[in-house]
Amino acid sequence: MIRRAASGAVPIALLAWLLLAQGCAQPQLRGTGDLGLVVERASGSVQVVETSAQTVLGTVSGLGDLSHASAVFSRDGRYAYVFGRDGGLSKVDLLQRRLVRRIQQAGNSIGGAISQDGRMVVAQNYEPGGIKAFDAATLELIADVPANYGSDGRSSKVVGLVDLPANRFAYALFDAGEIRITDLSDPAQPRTSAYSAGLQPYDGLVTPDGRYYLAGLFGEDSVALLDLWHPEAGVRKVLVGYGRGEERLPVFKMPHLRGWAVAGHRAYLPAVGRHEVLVVDTETWQEVGRIAVRGQPVFVIARPDGRQIWVNFALPDNDWVQVFDTDTGLGVTTLTPGRAVLHLEFTPRGEQVWISARDDDRVLVYDTRTLRQLASLSAQSPSGILFTARANRIGF
Amino acid sequence: MCSLPAASADPGRDARLIRLVRQDCGSCHGMTLQGGLGPPLVPAALRDRPFPNLVATVRDGRPGSAMPAWRSLLSEDEVEWIVRQLVAGFPLRPE
Repeated sequence: MIRRAASGAVPIALLAWLLLAQGCAQPQLRGTGDLGLVVERASGSVQVVETSAQTVLGTVSGLGDLSHASAVFSRDGRYAYVFGRDGGLSKVDLLQRRLVRRIQQAGNSIGGAISQDGRMVVAQNYEPGGIKAFDAATLELIADVPANYGSDGRSSKVVGLVDLPANRFAYALFDAGEIRITDLSDPAQPRTSAYSAGLQPYDGLVTPDGRYYLAGLFGEDSVALLDLWHPEAGVRKVLVGYGRGEERLPVFKMPHLRGWAVAGHRAYLPAVGRHEVLVVDTETWQEVGRIAVRGQPVFVIARPDGRQIWVNFALPDNDWVQVFDTDTGLGVTTLTPGRAVLHLEFTPRGEQVWISARDDDRVLVYDTRTLRQLASLSAQSPSGILFTARANRIGF
Repeated sequence: MCSLPAASADPGRDARLIRLVRQDCGSCHGMTLQGGLGPPLVPAALRDRPFPNLVATVRDGRPGSAMPAWRSLLSEDEVEWIVRQLVAGFPLRPE
């Protein structure tokens, strides 16, 4: 051990000398806790941003088709793994602002997750369906878990993939109407359990403590709930019949559950085809209220302290963002940050929210207390905004 | 001068529809229209589908699937224009 440490000291000294010799080319040391990505969906690039002074540090290009792209972060917050619509998986170094590695892992993909130990990234795929696990360091394939179902073994599109404690992953099968849990603690031998969930699950979330998995159902008026401490009890339907038999509005954009709004003992969920946010008690899983909103919600996200929820909307109401106080249930304000608001992301402690306005090619930063705009940044067709604090949260 | 399928008397409208299809239809069908939650909308995938059926799908949606009826946002003319462009190969961006 002592010899190893001593021999390791020589290259470090050499490196330090080389850096000094380069003079002003010496990179400035910095952490990654205030960094994040803005996905530029039409140009296949991501901006690396920092939230302390609200600036763009640089752009990394060559990431393929990023319509519906998402990203997860390495546990040290240095690397982002970007999942593209075209099935590309790209590893981006936030500090050096460069593409480290890129693979084509599927024909059509929708997102991914990273394991509890940070050693694998897992992609959820539409074409072919199923999930695939990759070594987080090298992006080598380490497990391929198909999502076949029915007597003829058809392949289902996978949605709602989240990481769970113990290197397990939960996800939902849109075509098969199932929730599945795959244990990848031994990637050579994945073990999968399937639970009947209901018609057309469209997305999923796991509660912040990793205990409950919820899959929103598109094909019926309810939400499928699985208690991950007692999965053998099977799926329980909650919010059954929340549409009260009324005809749904046409859904021009699927709501998203990931990026949840769980605040205190309440979860705030988008109603499908209705201008409502549904409020559920997370101990009884009974509906405890509804919030009338001005469009069909897409993202319903709680400020990290749980005091506010912020909501954006599907077409034709996608220029609006509404803010509600979770204590009073009342609206705080309605904002028009720009045209086609696609996503919002809070800084880790919630003092800022970053909002992407796709059709204005802008990202707007707001102070969540004063509701004043702090910055307006230029970005090409921005969609997802993802901060490195996700690296430290279950389900992100 | 401009390519035939995209030619129109109203370039402003066309630009709006191109953006809508690429960006908003693209959220399910992919921005390259190669498919996603919804099926691919590239010419090869649409070739054998009768024009009136495609128009009806966009206008009225497909019950039982995630495809909504677009008639509250698009006129019949606009739906027909979009379907013609899809069948011919949808423009990447406005001319």
